[in-house]
Amino acid sequence: MVGASFSVHGDLTLTNLTKNFGEFVAVNDLNLVIPEGSFFALLGPSGCGKTTTLRMVAGLEESSSGSIAIGTADITYEKPYRRPVNTVFQNYALFPHLSIYENVAFGLRRRGVKDVDAQVQKALELVELTHLAARKPNQLSGGQQQRIALARAIVNRPALLLLDEPLGALDLKLRRAMQIELKWIQTEVGITFVHVTHDQEEAMTMADTIAVMNEGEIEQMGSPADLYDNPRTSFVANFLGQSNLIMGSIIGGSGREKVVDIFGSKIALPVSRNHAHDSSVLLGIRPEKIRIAAAGSSMYGNILQGGVVSDASYIGVSTQYQVEMPWGQELMVFEQNDDGTPPLAKGDPVVISWEPIFTFGLPGDQDAGAGSEANPDSE
Amino acid sequence: MSTALLHTGSQERKALISKKKLLPYWLLAPGIVWLIIFFLVPIYQLISTSTQTQGNGIGTYVQTYRFANFIDAITSSKGQLFRSFEYAFLATTFALIISYPLAYAVAFKSGRWKNTLLVLVVAPFFCSFLLRTVAWEQILGEQGLVIKTLRVLHIIGAQGHLTATPFAVVAGLTYNFLPFMTLPLYASLERIDIRMMEASGDLYANAIATFRKVTLPLSLPGVVAGTLLTFIPAAGDYINAELLGNPGTKMIGNVIEARYLEIVDYPGAAALSLILMVSILILVMAYVKRSGTEELV
Repeated sequence: MVGASFSVHGDLTLTNLTKNFGEFVAVNDLNLVIPEGSFFALLGPSGCGKTTTLRMVAGLEESSSGSIAIGTADITYEKPYRRPVNTVFQNYALFPHLSIYENVAFGLRRRGVKDVDAQVQKALELVELTHLAARKPNQLSGGQQQRIALARAIVNRPALLLLDEPLGALDLKLRRAMQIELKWIQTEVGITFVHVTHDQEEAMTMADTIAVMNEGEIEQMGSPADLYDNPRTSFVANFLGQSNLIMGSIIGGSGREKVVDIFGSKIALPVSRNHAHDSSVLLGIRPEKIRIAAAGSSMYGNILQGGVVSDASYIGVSTQYQVEMPWGQELMVFEQNDDGTPPLAKGDPVVISWEPIFTFGLPGDQDAGAGSEANPDSE
Repeated sequence: MSTALLHTGSQERKALISKKKLLPYWLLAPGIVWLIIFFLVPIYQLISTSTQTQGNGIGTYVQTYRFANFIDAITSSKGQLFRSFEYAFLATTFALIISYPLAYAVAFKSGRWKNTLLVLVVAPFFCSFLLRTVAWEQILGEQGLVIKTLRVLHIIGAQGHLTATPFAVVAGLTYNFLPFMTLPLYASLERIDIRMMEASGDLYANAIATFRKVTLPLSLPGVVAGTLLTFIPAAGDYINAELLGNPGTKMIGNVIEARYLEIVDYPGAAALSLILMVSILILVMAYVKRSGTEELV
């Protein structure tokens, strides 16, 4: 697509951005830089302030304090219709009285852009729906409406495209397909995408960078792999995927590795993944990183003895175990069904182990359950 | 289970199905009976009366299929007929101009006052139509505050008056049918998803463009319903012209009333009534077709 772009462009910078609704602080002193051209996800449970942040950037909500800038242009007090920002709304908000063509042309016409026709055609081609131009929105399926909402926003070539739970209304299969398509379109058009979602899988699939939000603040920001492998808070550890978090205390170690005592076992923890403030630590390990074997088998790496299988569910690609440890805690273990050995049964005594590199350490004063109940994908 | 039992079962089921099929008709029956007694029969009588001619003595008419009654009726009353449509059109226009901002404010800007405002819109219905029009006669009358103020301000001369003018008739019509305009407008505005306006603003439309391109088109069903509910009764009204007008502001309703009650010319009154009905029907059909509401949500 050519022409019709805005002179304003650059990184989106949120500085000390705050939004209060009466007593309630929806967004608390947010500082964030979203690089130009990136696919950025704001991930968090409902009510964490992610949508409010998005609406402040779009100009649909006024900030209580702080500033919003694109490149060097401060847009904090700019009217929504004067911002180089477009939004894909949660339920699309297509204009029911206008044809698909006119829906897509709406923004171009308001700005008095020339060659509306060519640009609408290109936008419809991008989402592969040129043949539906004459229809009305209510004659389209949910997935088609979703694409039109995207085309209607993208056709304006904004500096920033905001997506508010764009795939929330679609079924799982369509959602997966649209995730890939959205990512492809973003690469194709090169516009900065800011994507708000509560679905961690959706955020991980599409975004270059994810900011995990909780109670109006950013818990942690980074690449999907970084957030998953090296979470800094128990909220992030539980909200993105599942984690086993075990109380322990740091009793020594070198410059590269700390040694953590958990109920008598010595566990190695890489210093780069230790975020504890003092010796009290919540030791974390992802369930799929753990190896499991009958008690007495030889193991290497970090080893925990004395477990008993309290539950085993065979789910085809893997078997999910609940292992009760001597100190009463249940640990989750996901074992790939790839080595031909029969799955362990309930009541079997087992030993578990994992590579020390996969261990992470969180501050010991954090709530080990934070974020797990907020995540719709975890049990 | 024996075959005999099965047989009874299927018979019972058949009976049940036919009962279910009949249910809609039973539900419709009271309405249909009502319509037959109070609409179809009177309409038939109206049509039949419209072609009768006078028999022996005043008030007795016999069927002679005299279709010239219609031509007589039109030639003698076309002035009042056109005036009715003119006044009804003006009243509808004014009602729309007053009601739209009102309905918009109630739908979007009234907050916790919404229900109170809606009750106020409907409040005039607690008082009879006739009484309210008489009240208007008082308000606009020689002793009223309005005329005195206008005279002091020299907007109206010492000899000028407000009652017994076309202005008073149109104002009365506008006032009396205002709720019929406001309520459908409110209903259609209130249904508009606030995100439509947000999306419009997001797509570079300022407040005026958003209103013209999104809010107004989406409220068109309300505009059509409101204008019909105002125009149709206003065109047939005679109370306002009777109480607030003068002999020069007579509407078709006044003519029909006079023919029926004073002149006792039943065929003429019936013919005029039919002419009024048919012309309203044609106007309404043309209007609805033109506004294309069937395409709207």
